[in-house]
Amino acid sequence: MSMNERSAVLSDRRRQIYKKDTADRDADIVCDVNSVAGAMSQRGCVYNGARVVLNPITDAVHLVHGAIGCAAYTCDIRGSLSSGPETYRYSFSTDMREKDVIFGGEEKLYQALRGLIEEHRPPAVFAYSTCIVGVIGDDLRAVCKRVEEETGTIVVPVQSEGFKGNKADGYHAACDALLEIIGRSDRGADSPRAINLLGEFNLAGELWVIKNYLAELGIEVVATLTGDARVAEIMQAHTAGLNAVQCAGSMTYLAKKMQKKYGIPFVKVSFFGLDDTEEALIKIAGFFDEPALVKRAWKLCRERRAAVDRELDLYRDVLKGKRAAVYMGGAFKTLSLIKAFRDLGMEVVVAGSQTGKSEDYEEIRAEAMDGAVIIDDAGVLELVELIGEQEVDILVGGVKERPIAYKSGIGFCDFNHERKRFFSGFEGLLNFAREVHATVNSPVWAAYRKITTADRRPAIADKECRFERGDGR
Amino acid sequence: MVDIAECPDIERQALAINPAKTCQPIGAVYAALGIHGCMPHSHGSQGCASYLRMHLSRHFREPIITTTSSFTEGQVVFGGSGNLKMALKNLIHIYKPEVVGVHTTCSAETIGDDVPGIVEEMRRAGELPEDVKVFCASTPSYVGSHITGFANMVKAAVDAFAENGEAAEAVNVLPGFVSPSDAREIKRILKIMGTEVVVLPDVSGVIDAPMTGELKLYQEGGTKIEEIERMGASKATIALGREAGNAAGMALATNFQVPLEVLPVPIGIDNVDALLMRLSAVMGKPIPKELEEERGRLVDMMLDAHAHWYGKKVAIFGDPDVTEALTGFCVSMGMEPEHVLTGTRSKDWKAAVTMIAPKATVVDDSDLFMLHRLIKRNPVDLLIGNSYGKYIARSEGIPLIRVGFPITDRANLQHFPVVGYAGTAWLVERIGNTLLDWKEDRTPDYLVELIQ
Repeated sequence: MSMNERSAVLSDRRRQIYKKDTADRDADIVCDVNSVAGAMSQRGCVYNGARVVLNPITDAVHLVHGAIGCAAYTCDIRGSLSSGPETYRYSFSTDMREKDVIFGGEEKLYQALRGLIEEHRPPAVFAYSTCIVGVIGDDLRAVCKRVEEETGTIVVPVQSEGFKGNKADGYHAACDALLEIIGRSDRGADSPRAINLLGEFNLAGELWVIKNYLAELGIEVVATLTGDARVAEIMQAHTAGLNAVQCAGSMTYLAKKMQKKYGIPFVKVSFFGLDDTEEALIKIAGFFDEPALVKRAWKLCRERRAAVDRELDLYRDVLKGKRAAVYMGGAFKTLSLIKAFRDLGMEVVVAGSQTGKSEDYEEIRAEAMDGAVIIDDAGVLELVELIGEQEVDILVGGVKERPIAYKSGIGFCDFNHERKRFFSGFEGLLNFAREVHATVNSPVWAAYRKITTADRRPAIADKECRFERGDGR
Repeated sequence: MVDIAECPDIERQALAINPAKTCQPIGAVYAALGIHGCMPHSHGSQGCASYLRMHLSRHFREPIITTTSSFTEGQVVFGGSGNLKMALKNLIHIYKPEVVGVHTTCSAETIGDDVPGIVEEMRRAGELPEDVKVFCASTPSYVGSHITGFANMVKAAVDAFAENGEAAEAVNVLPGFVSPSDAREIKRILKIMGTEVVVLPDVSGVIDAPMTGELKLYQEGGTKIEEIERMGASKATIALGREAGNAAGMALATNFQVPLEVLPVPIGIDNVDALLMRLSAVMGKPIPKELEEERGRLVDMMLDAHAHWYGKKVAIFGDPDVTEALTGFCVSMGMEPEHVLTGTRSKDWKAAVTMIAPKATVVDDSDLFMLHRLIKRNPVDLLIGNSYGKYIARSEGIPLIRVGFPITDRANLQHFPVVGYAGTAWLVERIGNTLLDWKEDRTPDYLVELIQ
């Protein structure tokens, strides 16, 4: 079934799916719109977006103002590691009941904040609003302000009513909350080479890998937003000379605001994959206008690349020609994955995201191979169909995609909150290659193929004739 | 280390820390999944459906289907009726369910959408295909817990579909919020008993459907609508667990005069015995030898292991029906339940558990922060509960036996039942040998013994 004849897809959805081939060059992909009612969207809400961005701030209290579910579903799910405080792992909720909904929840929020501050003495509290708070109209901002004045503890309202948009709007809400903290204190000694890392969440310790490189180059990180962050560091973020933005989907907004307010320029970087990591380090080093620094950065990249390249070759041998589908929250990750897979000799044949913007899809379109399908806000059926149609060997995604992959008889790699090994940096690609290999080439698929009546994947000959349209193969 | 520093007792009326429950809609989705060909529909923001699916997927490691009304600001101001109508039309068109189980969320309830009214309006206007059934439950997230939502959805199914009919020999069994493997085990026991039975909901064969190489939205399992229709004519209803089963059981008793018996979740010899004896009485049939032999083997296992259980202090947390049964089982093995805690509010549960374990601190409507404090005050040797207990177990240096929902950090556990004699046997092995492993891991070399 071709993309245009697709019967299982709503007509409104067709414009959110795009196949890269010669005929369609000028077609635009429609994105950044809300999911269609009745669809089984894979995508989250505003609160979801705000919570994942802010949750890694390790020493803050994250208080969810709403019914219990919103706190329960986000209890320590992020997988971002801390080198110190563990407060962020706790799930605090006002646990709103019927009487709070009828009479308003402001008093309960006030009591909760006062109690929390007294009991835990955090450097800051993030108070998140949820759907119900938006419906009954609690004045979150006013309550936070009152408590902050009374206690002297920073209390930041996060305006994240779920229905106010999608996950991307939640990123904005989180960035707005961060802006309320940034600039609240100054650093003692100004380092000439100091940057912030934006959109790095220290999943499986990835930040530490990046920080090691930067430390080797003599570049100081003032604040990471928000992996392994402390409130005190974020307060000083405005003193950095440069913002390096990794997860562009969540943090470009903040970078632009900081540029306007504090005059801090930003560069988009990715620390995933050999080429991207190298490019990121050179870009950051190059910013400081010190030829020696750039030279050191090149040297570091050369050495680290060489250290992993030989082992990577082993994986390239066994992964060559395999086909991947990538469905991520943010589009920038999708882009990086396309490049990294290519480095492993693999091709991304389905590329999608939950929250991509049109400029992101433009970049993905440029990077993707001909014949690749690009999709915004994919549903389950669409993913399943594309896995079959595009003859995918591995799906890269998050928690909801994992069982879809296995049921479809293909491998899976969690590139989201649940990654268990760091993928950042040169050594990270080695971890990634190992994980891809372990799932794609696992002997368990033999058991799978025994119980299926027919191999879903067409034979090689069939494959060749399918791609007559000229996809460069 | 995730630990909680000792801090003075502060009355926390306004705050939950590390919840021991979640909201109604997830229970509603889980119950609806146990109906054959059913698409659960979440009338609320898209985030709700996303979280419900994610949470269930993390526990079951299976794809979970649920559609959403995708609320935006417009619905909150003008009502969600338009979105519900569009959603139902769309989802029936794309996903082709036989049944749609609609549940509400906190926003939908507060806006005041009359969901059954909207569905009825669509039905009258011919906007719903004749052959697609739609039923609705009111499940505001700010009332009760996921167990309440589960109970409400099961009751909604009974209210919508059960009919009067010619008196039948069948027995209705409401298994409550348990794993697919538990539902499967209950069905196995009933089959051996020779009981004609309707199990509602029946998540076996839906969420633990075997791998076939094909990803299907609807699996072969699940209670069929025709079966639910017949429930009104059944001989009796047995609800296994008061909190999750009573509502539907009462509806059948009130509307169709089907006698209701509420029994505990069949974990532990006594509770399984109670179920079999009740079935035997209702059906007028003896208990088959096969089950007696299973029971005999279980008693054998309990005796072989009992010595190192005796006097061990245990804390149990989780959902009310399951924790109540687990408490009884631990007592029967000679353990001393020190703390029993649930996030769901229930005076009945509190009274029942206190009766089983009079010395235990029994707390309802509470959270894991409270549990941790209780354990710090009165330490225990063992913790039984879901994955959220791991932080308490780690910081107190005690083992955690994972039973309940959700279990997010160990694979495959949902495939092993804890109910019936077989499930109890698994618990006997798991708990007993964990206690031995734990002891041995901390034993110096010169004290290690080959024979335990």
